[in-house]
Amino acid sequence: MNQFRRTFLKGTGAAGTVAVAIAAGLLKPSQVLAAEWNKSAFEAASVADAMKGMGAGAPVDSKDIMIKAPDIAENGAVVPVEITSKIAGTQSIAILAEKNANPLVADFTLSNGAEGYISTRIKMGKTSLVRAVVKAGGKTYTAAKEVKVTIGGCGG
Amino acid sequence: MAQPMKIRAQAQGDTADIKVLMNHEMETGLRKDSKTGQLIPAHFIQQVTASVNGKVVLDAQWGAAISKNPFLGFKVKGAKAGDKVMVNWVDNKGEKNSVETAVS
Repeated sequence: MNQFRRTFLKGTGAAGTVAVAIAAGLLKPSQVLAAEWNKSAFEAASVADAMKGMGAGAPVDSKDIMIKAPDIAENGAVVPVEITSKIAGTQSIAILAEKNANPLVADFTLSNGAEGYISTRIKMGKTSLVRAVVKAGGKTYTAAKEVKVTIGGCGG
Repeated sequence: MAQPMKIRAQAQGDTADIKVLMNHEMETGLRKDSKTGQLIPAHFIQQVTASVNGKVVLDAQWGAAISKNPFLGFKVKGAKAGDKVMVNWVDNKGEKNSVETAVS
């Protein structure tokens, strides 16, 4: 087994791979990602744990968040979702598919003029609520819409 | 190795409407190879950054549940024709790609 793999495999057990890679001289600190990927939030198996991982506090339901998604998605592998937040000072928009094995799908941080609007396509394992969580002005807001899925899209 | 991304940035009044189409398997790690019965390892974009004239406007973290060949649409107020838009991504294996365009 070559040295890199040994270091890598040893490292994943004990410390973060980024730290190990830096130590091994493979990754210069300047190349490190702006914010490390939020593993605990993305690997959370429940909506509550994902929200905790995102530091989402206790979100308040808001009518100023619009979720545009099909009522029935024919193909769970490609569900178009558009989130619009009319809440002033929207800083981030997160998308969750509540019944996915890992509910948190994506978290978008907006700045420098980016509007409270995100359009993307997500995979849904089965019929569930698609939830948007918006952070604005130090508070957290949420809205959800049910999307029925006829053929699940996560594989497995 | 990564395929080129497609991007379109159009000025609409005082806002730029930006759409990006990326090429990526976005493998969840939950699928089995039909021939070997082995799980296909997770391989998905984890971080996406977009900037206008060098200023970061969008910093996103993704999980594997974003669909294959990801589509991303967003809007930037104050961006006007000629402004440079750059979008880049990094996946869980450290692979990267980026694309640049001007708002039209």
